[in-house]
Amino acid sequence: MSDFSRRDFLKVATSTAGGLMVGFPLLSMGVSKPYEAKQITAREINAWLVIEPDETVLIRIAKAEMGQGVMTSLPMFIADELEADWRKIKVEYADVNRSALRGQLYGDMTTRLSNSVSESRLMMHAAGAEARERLIKAAAETWGVRPEDCYADYGRVYQNSGAQSLGYGEVARLASEVSVANVKIKTPEFYSTLGLATPRLDVPAKVDGSAVFGIDVRVPDMVYATVLHNPVPGAGLQSMRFNAIRHMPGVIRALRLGDAIAIVAETFWQAKRAADMLPVYWKSNEGNKRFDDTIKREFFEKLPSPGEVMMRKGDINQLMDDAERSIESDYYVPYVAQAPLEPLNCTVHVQEERVDVWVGHQDPEGVMDVVAQLTGVSRYKVFVHNCFMGGSFGRRSHMDFVIEATRIAIQIGRPVQMIWTREEDMRAGGYRPMSAMRFKAGFDVEKNLTVITNHSVTHSIEYDQDKNATGVDEASVEGLVDHPYRFPAYSFSHSRLNTHLKSWWWRSGGHSINAFAMECFIDELAAAAEQDPLDYRKFLLRDEPDYLRVLDQLERKSLYRKRRPRRNTDVGMAIHKSYGTLVAVVAEVTVESNGGMRVDKLTAAVDCGNVANPMTAEEQVEGSLLFGLSATLYGKLTVEAGRILEDNLDTYEILRMEETPEVEIHWELSGGEHWGGLGEPATAVVAPAVCNALYKITGRRIRSLPVRDYYLTVK
Amino acid sequence: MRFNVNDEDIEVDVDPETPLLWVLRDNLHLTGTKYGCGIGACGACTILMNGHPIKSCLTTAEASQGYNIQTIEGLSENASHPIQLAWIEGDVPQCGYCQSGQIMTAVALLNDKANPSDEDINEAMQNICRCGTYSRIRAAIKKVARERADS
Repeated sequence: MSDFSRRDFLKVATSTAGGLMVGFPLLSMGVSKPYEAKQITAREINAWLVIEPDETVLIRIAKAEMGQGVMTSLPMFIADELEADWRKIKVEYADVNRSALRGQLYGDMTTRLSNSVSESRLMMHAAGAEARERLIKAAAETWGVRPEDCYADYGRVYQNSGAQSLGYGEVARLASEVSVANVKIKTPEFYSTLGLATPRLDVPAKVDGSAVFGIDVRVPDMVYATVLHNPVPGAGLQSMRFNAIRHMPGVIRALRLGDAIAIVAETFWQAKRAADMLPVYWKSNEGNKRFDDTIKREFFEKLPSPGEVMMRKGDINQLMDDAERSIESDYYVPYVAQAPLEPLNCTVHVQEERVDVWVGHQDPEGVMDVVAQLTGVSRYKVFVHNCFMGGSFGRRSHMDFVIEATRIAIQIGRPVQMIWTREEDMRAGGYRPMSAMRFKAGFDVEKNLTVITNHSVTHSIEYDQDKNATGVDEASVEGLVDHPYRFPAYSFSHSRLNTHLKSWWWRSGGHSINAFAMECFIDELAAAAEQDPLDYRKFLLRDEPDYLRVLDQLERKSLYRKRRPRRNTDVGMAIHKSYGTLVAVVAEVTVESNGGMRVDKLTAAVDCGNVANPMTAEEQVEGSLLFGLSATLYGKLTVEAGRILEDNLDTYEILRMEETPEVEIHWELSGGEHWGGLGEPATAVVAPAVCNALYKITGRRIRSLPVRDYYLTVK
Repeated sequence: MRFNVNDEDIEVDVDPETPLLWVLRDNLHLTGTKYGCGIGACGACTILMNGHPIKSCLTTAEASQGYNIQTIEGLSENASHPIQLAWIEGDVPQCGYCQSGQIMTAVALLNDKANPSDEDINEAMQNICRCGTYSRIRAAIKKVARERADS
């Protein structure tokens, strides 16, 4: 925490041409208005908040809203310390340039790893408390009394005697000038706003069409672009014949962007039509023209190799030899897409001394830097106007689409909105990595587990970004090497295998891959030990009180021990910790005699320590479960002659209303100082729980995703 | 070409083959109607034509003439339509991108069936929500139906 000094702030303000860009007042922003620069007012109490004379409290957040509710949960920390009237709260994004100029004043502004609350929390507590003390001091000075004789409540400062009170707006100007020291933040028992189910502040703008997503930005004199990529990634561009589309209505230019082509036109539809008509000759890369089965086989062929051992205990080979019985299972997941419903887009205006970028992005600081690099304009003159994201799920942390839009804008000289069609969004995507892994386990004569080994082979995101990367990509093995189970002897090893396709983050990262295999194999261990899967987990987790507590809760609240209504209905479970949050889930699944299956209900028990906003917390767990279920049932990209076959939402299916099971969430909060993430953790447990249930019903193990490869889904 | 959008007669110079979606978004700057797939698979572009839910990404400008076109912007003043109020009260949207299409589809459903069953809702609400707000959408639709029955 620094930069609460008003003098510092003024220096910043005057050093930035055209005043500071401070984001936009999201709740008051109308449709199709261009971004407008706004001057900071004199009522900025500190870098995180401004209080207007009309008592409006404008709170800044340093994380991006992509549906996870940070626009509501983060302001709650400030409002709570501030003793604000919640009805007076407005929110805007913290200024990226200001943060860069002031040594990361707002901390790391990247939104990732489900850590928005845990990363911002203490800064926001401190900012709210600091502002509260300033307001109290300003009011005390106005009255000529001591600050100790005053207190703040619900947007006003009162004298302890009850004699007088002043609204925050009335003392805000003075509060911005006084100094305070030794500010203390609240202890949890005094929280007034935190912990209350609070409706999302961004909801009203999202039910009347006024919320501005990146694709909705309308800047004067703006043109549109769409981009074509070689459907076989990495193969490159031979040539195109622009003359064939030159005279089509609205067409302005076609540009080569390395291996891609941008078509620029007066409207998006004109650009798209021209792109559809443009004769393009892509280079052919025979090495990349592979098929799904070939690629999959390469992953499986690598399984018997030793790989790089990450952790090991005991004489593995001897124990395997000594085993009375051993089991071996191979697991596999294909590439899957994030498929956020808003196709990737970015609007850029490059001028001589400044660049404006309108984009919904998880990493606005990264956008600033990459655009500065491409344009040669100082990063302090690159203004990133972050917009609402129409979903991201990791995809909008990549720079690929920002780089393309910037390169187009550099050449066009007018503001350009680049929109990838859905087809490009699917084909040129950065996918959740493909992975195969082999588990082996040995048991003694009394069916006790004596040894377990794992070798995973996974496409590395890190290596896609940096061909000099060495060692094991941590993201490839998260959830495996940090598993909580007490195995008597074990070995976990890993091999990297990258293909010509690009991989990237996908809600819950490697956890969704590794928890699927691990939690399914735990059920296989239980079966080999002739024990109930939940009981067996309790046995393996006997030294983990947090896990046991969550399992107990799940057992009590779910249908796990209840009688099944039908023989073709049963339950499966899984438990996994990621991003500081423990989630256990029971899936109730039905298999019909015609080979169809359906998930009837998901019951989750969750421990993330503390919850800021129970309403958005519940929404995030439910959303994560359903995101996981969608991938469990349908998630699969097929590689055919090097290209991705599923190029739109008809072939890449997403869970719909009619397949959505009942969802029940039970909180088992351990409290303390722990604030675990909620945007991702529940995603990873769904696939294993569903597959474990299917085994109980049919006796057949599902060891690869999606489930649709085995069962029809019943609506 | 002449259109009637949200009770206003509007003249736009546009290729007759242009999908209505892009006329709304790029020519009229009514950006509440969203592009999701361009092939009628996701429902983000749903608008009402004479009260019927239509995928505006598949409907040409030419074919849209002579109809009363209603978009999310024309649904009410200040988000006061009962469906919008139910959406707010139920805290339905997450990322929010699909919700204009969801709301317009729900408006048409409730105009067609005052008290839709779960099956009716499943059948009508084919719009994709990537964030998984389906159960809250269902609850909001039922709430509006209940309130209408009570009043």
